[in-house]
Amino acid sequence: MLVLDKDNFEAEVLSAKGSVVVDFWSPKCEPCMELMPEIVALSEKYGSQVKFGKVDVSQNRRLAISQKVLGLPTIVLYKDGEKVAELTKDFVVDDVEGKIKELL
Amino acid sequence: MSKEVWDLLVVGGGPAGLTAGIYGARSRLKTMIVEKGRPGGQAATTEEMENYPGFGRGAKGPDIMKAMKEHAEDFGVVIKKEQIVDLDLTGELKKVITKKGDEYFARAVVLAPGAHPRSLGIKGERALVGKGVSYCATCDADFYEELEVVVVGNGDAAIEEAIYLTKFAEKVTIIVIHDEGILDANKASQEKAFANHKINFVWNSVLDEIKGDGMVESVVIKNLKTGELTEMETNGVFFFVGYTPNTDFLKDKVALNDHGYIIVNEKMETSVPGVYGAGDACEKYLRQVVTAAADGAIAAFAADKYLAEEEGFREQVLEADEPVLVAFWSPQNEKSIEFVSNLEQNLDEIGHVKLVKIDVYRNQLVANRYEVKEIPALLIINKGQLVGRLPGEFNVKTIKEAVAAGSN
Repeated sequence: MLVLDKDNFEAEVLSAKGSVVVDFWSPKCEPCMELMPEIVALSEKYGSQVKFGKVDVSQNRRLAISQKVLGLPTIVLYKDGEKVAELTKDFVVDDVEGKIKELL
Repeated sequence: MSKEVWDLLVVGGGPAGLTAGIYGARSRLKTMIVEKGRPGGQAATTEEMENYPGFGRGAKGPDIMKAMKEHAEDFGVVIKKEQIVDLDLTGELKKVITKKGDEYFARAVVLAPGAHPRSLGIKGERALVGKGVSYCATCDADFYEELEVVVVGNGDAAIEEAIYLTKFAEKVTIIVIHDEGILDANKASQEKAFANHKINFVWNSVLDEIKGDGMVESVVIKNLKTGELTEMETNGVFFFVGYTPNTDFLKDKVALNDHGYIIVNEKMETSVPGVYGAGDACEKYLRQVVTAAADGAIAAFAADKYLAEEEGFREQVLEADEPVLVAFWSPQNEKSIEFVSNLEQNLDEIGHVKLVKIDVYRNQLVANRYEVKEIPALLIINKGQLVGRLPGEFNVKTIKEAVAAGSN
């Protein structure tokens, strides 16, 4: 999974063509740590069709807030730079997979 | 494929479930914990945890729970990441069904599904979850560096998490429903909070509304004494206003109280034999990691005794070659002692039978199963089937006839 930060977010997500799944997480967020390996597994499954990236919010707070992400865990799906779906707090990996399938 | 049967299946991997696992495995029970997320429960998202015995100042919830999980695995407990959506607890063999549709079988079950922070259903609350509304300080504190947040609640969790939030936020305002100076939290945390210059209190008040377009912008605070509404700008709202048990999937499976908590007795037994409750999902006085762990230990111990009794009864009675006289007695009941003693002395005369005594004080399970309501009582079981039931008057002739009738 691509490590995203304030320097590459614009190029890799907002100006990018196609679909991007972004996992907003922080090392202190237990639910995020629990979810991460499952998102990695999804990235292996769908990696050829969709780009996967992650943002460590503890290092990129302003970037997260600029994307109106103010709670973890949050997964945002972008298409051609536009936010098309968002899952926050109460969701499981199956919900993420469902959203990815809608995108394809 | 033959189905794998576990001795003890624990639903939930928080402190109650993990401790039940540890005690189960130590009793040499084949034990599995099914946890839908990461083991550790709510305690794993509680940053400061300085009240768990043996782990003093500076102790962290995630660390303690990681140690507890490793402890359980080290003793041979299998931890499966699955969500249980349905259960069949009625028979001697219990079945649980996961969200994926897998089925697991066990002879005893400990229910430790825990609880989650309660939402109040205030206007704007639901729409702004993840947009400034939060129930998890460790998850979301990072966002609020140099910003301002509101905390709703005044129990241990509210005050302790408010103190934690001051490490990030510039200002933390706690909305308290009580009169000035009154908090439900423990005294140590109260003192810390009162001494913290970043914490402000708004007394006699509740939250009326959360406002914001896509992100929290302000809250409307209602003073309960005056009825006055005040709007205050803020960047985040954290709720710590009690808990809701995660027991929706247990409705009609075990007895729950009006608030959805599992009803248990001092042995952590639920309304269903072989099924135990533990931790925050149970009706209880104090919900802490230490009491959850205690529940788990009691539940696993009781489950072990239950399994031993079941096993003993099956081997001695249900699988016996000869007809079995099952005598129900109790050391507190004179008449039943005399009855059993008479039986023992006259056993040869009754014929080719085996005598099994059940102390109803210690083993109510078998008595209940066969609906034995008074003692002494005598049942005749042949090849696992109940073939005769005799009242508590001792008479060799009657017993002999009943055994003969039941053996045909």
